Amino acid sequence: MKQIISFVRKEFYHVFRDSKTMLMLFGLPIAQIVLFGFALTNEIKNSKIVICDYAKDEATQQIIKKLEVGRNFIIQKELISHKQIEEALKQGDIKLAIIFPSNFNKDLLHLNKAQVQIIADASDPNTASILTDYATNIIMDYQQELMKNNTMPFRIVPEIRMLYNPELKGAPNFVPGVMALVLLLICVLMTSVSIVKEKETGTIEVLLVSPLNPVIIIISKAIPYLFLSLINLTVILTLSVRLLGMPINGSILLLLAESILFIILSLTLGILISNIARSQQSAMLISMMGMLAPTILLTGFMFPIENMPVPLQVISNLIPSKWYYTIITSIMIKGLRFSAIWKETLVLFGMTCFLLLVSFKKFKNRLE
Amino acid sequence: MRTLKFLLEKEFRQIFRSKSILPLIFVVPIVQLLILPLAADYEVKNIKISIVDHDHSPYSQQLISKITASGYFKLVDYNSSFNEAFKQIENNKSDIILEIPDGFERNLVRENEEKLFIAVNAINGVKASLGGKYLNHIISAYNEEIRLQWVQLNKFNTSPVISITVSNWFNPFMNYQIFMVPGILVLLVTMVSTYMCALNIVKEKEIGTIEQINVTPIKKYQFILGKLIPFWVIGMLVFSVGLFLVARLVYGIVPVGNLFLLYCYLAIYLVALLGFGLLISTFASTQQQAMSVTFFFVMIFIFMSGLFTSLDGMPRWAYIIAKCSPVTYFIEVVRMIVLKGSSFAEIKNHFLIMIGFSIFLNGLAVWNYKKTN
Repeated sequence: MKQIISFVRKEFYHVFRDSKTMLMLFGLPIAQIVLFGFALTNEIKNSKIVICDYAKDEATQQIIKKLEVGRNFIIQKELISHKQIEEALKQGDIKLAIIFPSNFNKDLLHLNKAQVQIIADASDPNTASILTDYATNIIMDYQQELMKNNTMPFRIVPEIRMLYNPELKGAPNFVPGVMALVLLLICVLMTSVSIVKEKETGTIEVLLVSPLNPVIIIISKAIPYLFLSLINLTVILTLSVRLLGMPINGSILLLLAESILFIILSLTLGILISNIARSQQSAMLISMMGMLAPTILLTGFMFPIENMPVPLQVISNLIPSKWYYTIITSIMIKGLRFSAIWKETLVLFGMTCFLLLVSFKKFKNRLE
Repeated sequence: MRTLKFLLEKEFRQIFRSKSILPLIFVVPIVQLLILPLAADYEVKNIKISIVDHDHSPYSQQLISKITASGYFKLVDYNSSFNEAFKQIENNKSDIILEIPDGFERNLVRENEEKLFIAVNAINGVKASLGGKYLNHIISAYNEEIRLQWVQLNKFNTSPVISITVSNWFNPFMNYQIFMVPGILVLLVTMVSTYMCALNIVKEKEIGTIEQINVTPIKKYQFILGKLIPFWVIGMLVFSVGLFLVARLVYGIVPVGNLFLLYCYLAIYLVALLGFGLLISTFASTQQQAMSVTFFFVMIFIFMSGLFTSLDGMPRWAYIIAKCSPVTYFIEVVRMIVLKGSSFAEIKNHFLIMIGFSIFLNGLAVWNYKKTN
């Protein structure tokens, strides 16, 4: 027991001695959760649009006024030609053009039919469709107002309620995602590199000839990072509640327990990578090149998993952060109990056991 | 010149000798580019819907069959208790609840108006608002049908109608992959070159070989060039393989704009990026430090670059931070050239900014690199 403690102490010295890495270890999650919590949003607002009003009559003025009221648009009123619109869209600062032909109001009043053209920069399909919808709705509103005196019969009025996130903010979606991402990557990266470093500098040989069981050596390597991650987790949770206004509707204890499970899983993954990699460089490349992009895309916080092709949905099941993301959104936002997330927990637990088994097996082989 | 040649030979040998690094630089990015864009799709389909029908009338049945026939929705649950349906949302079995109140048909006919209740799981805001929008469309189309059954057509034509024509330029089929593939390619190239470059010099520091180079008559700029050029070549190679093999052959994306222009920009971008890597490696003394710093910045570059979320939606201060990262500009330029076919005049500013980045970052790196420890 005493030996283990002195081993763990050695590892702590290693970690705390390197102040630059320490700064990054603590600064990184904090900066990222705050930055991404505020900056990442799927809301489309402040988009620049141009309105070409060739009519300049009462109707178009009113529609433009309505468009100006919403926060979604920054409006530029210019009479520009088709060719100039193309140029503006190509330059990329204008996302949408709305064109009112001359005699708009006249047509509307006398012919009962008037035309509006909307040109969207669809190179970004998502923004384009959201902006188009928004503009269409406003124009339709105006049309509805014109008909006020003869109300439609047989009206079905859908009342939409947005559950959990009525203002459709980005944070409830992105904060748990970034949390899962940051915890996973830091744990994997740090453990794998610190073990491989001993391999590279040769000091691992010294450790292996000591009377301690190699399994214990490896475990004591992971302990400081478990400790650091717990501090990080606390800081991240505090920040997301205090600063970003995230709720914790469920039990905090459950949330912490699940997070510890996830951290242990990530550390195990780091140990496995350290067994495979021969140099620090390849350990880093495996953890960063190999894991960053798949984790971002397949966790489910950027793009909904059920839209993906079936093979990718299957692959996404292998990504630990996907399960953790489901668990934390369930606890923090939906306020569910353990009974609702036992399956995800079981998966995380199974993954941890499997990875532990594989990495110890590999480790022993290397010794012989 | 001769010195530089030898230095380059050394670097290339070191890179190609390492059998474990090579696949990580070339194979991993390409495989990811093959697979990941399929995941990046906002086109919402297969929305899981629970319907709570208190009415059980012909009208409610018609509406339900309209919804299931639309192709956007998958009916996962049909019962008559809202709480049951809500449980489905909690368990992620369902995304949206439509509640049809008791007497839906009767009230609609007698009182000319009736409400429907929709509840959407809005944790993911985009998905929620799109799902709600589709459902609204279907309901109002159905509404129109009912109206036509009861009222003669001509009664309506007297009211003014504004017809809106929407044209979607540059990507008329609203294909999300065309949008994502170039962006993800940029992401992968960025990661490969920054990591490799940042770690490389630090590695020499850590194992001490940098001392050997320091005592040779090699000039500062020769050493730095010798480090930059190999990774610059690798970056160009990875980008070309991604653009021609994966983007063109697999996804059928042919750049609309000028390829030469794109490559010019890429060349400058890589210089800026490698300068950034160099800068990190001059500050760090161990690979672990270099890596954690690189990781920090790469994460910020990626998330703030507008690759996944729109830049316009960010708060002002975040927008300014985003504009301080070279990745943001390159992603914009790649999308502009590949999708819109923008010409040099339209991206002139981007060129100037990127040249500024590369001079600034490399200058700082050279200034900070000392041959003596």
